[in-house]
Amino acid sequence: MHELSIAASIVDAVTESAAAYPGARVKEVRLRVGALASVIEDSLQFCWGITTEGTPLEGAKLVVKILPVVTHCEACGKDGELQSLQSFRCPHCGEPCSDLRQGREMEIDSIEIDEVEEAV
Amino acid sequence: MTTRIVELRRGILKKNDELAAGLRGRYGAAGVLVLNLVSSPGTGKTAFLEFTLRELRARGAKVAALVGDLETDNDARRLAASGAPVRQINTHGICHLDAEMIDKHLAGWEGVSLEGLEYLFIENVGNLVCPSSYDLGEKIRVALLSVTEGEDKPLKYPTLFNSADAAVITKMDIAEPCGFDRDLALKNINEIRPGIRIFETSAKTGAGMDEWLDYLAEARGAHRS
Repeated sequence: MHELSIAASIVDAVTESAAAYPGARVKEVRLRVGALASVIEDSLQFCWGITTEGTPLEGAKLVVKILPVVTHCEACGKDGELQSLQSFRCPHCGEPCSDLRQGREMEIDSIEIDEVEEAV
Repeated sequence: MTTRIVELRRGILKKNDELAAGLRGRYGAAGVLVLNLVSSPGTGKTAFLEFTLRELRARGAKVAALVGDLETDNDARRLAASGAPVRQINTHGICHLDAEMIDKHLAGWEGVSLEGLEYLFIENVGNLVCPSSYDLGEKIRVALLSVTEGEDKPLKYPTLFNSADAAVITKMDIAEPCGFDRDLALKNINEIRPGIRIFETSAKTGAGMDEWLDYLAEARGAHRS
């Protein structure tokens, strides 16, 4: 449901950052999204299409990289990637883990732009 | 024409996160404990909060509540019967509260200032998905679950339950006729959020509410020191 607000936030952020490159066209926007961020990629892609329509970002590709949840285990001291979100236990020793080192990210990693070479 | 990759490394909800950090600072400076209550529609957030506001007031505490819904001020009117100041936030279609809405509704709230409060409750829009992404600057995020919803709710909505600081099971007075499997529910909550404090309550009979109110008083004490 909130993918529309998220898409709108991405458009604002990218537009703001791309303003440093006048005349450039944004080709691709790359995101890093944690598995616990409650973002559904299909709906985000759908909302991205709607939100960018008629803006300078229209046609830009949205690439979403999903990051697995990484736990840090106090019992065995190891970090581990969770294979599912049904049980927050250390993948190495099976102890419950409440210390998460990755999985809630929701960030714009980078953008790819075509720059116009200025004739000075 | 040259192609260039520009590193941004910026949070998508940066604006919300910055506003929330500002709010958190203001709550801390004013010494008010702020809680964000999140659950499905129909879990009984409002009944639970009505009881909480009434009892805290009876104990002499200064409390207030902000309540989010898509439409209507029904909940605000219900909660206002407790005697506490209550302000309704209508999101008009948006499925969660965000820091900007809280900021706006704190400003110009007649007769209420953060400095004059000990507890501020924020009842989020009934939704188990979207509110988990939006920080409101709260100290404690409470996930609520009623005995009628099924013991596997935490497994179905791990993103919310994992981000909670406390869990409340509501409507315990009808647990038996509902065939509620208490052990399974507790186990599931613990699988998703190991070690979380869990309160088993009924706003109808008052069961479990003393424990909850003591927890609030303790949390506020810890918050201030």
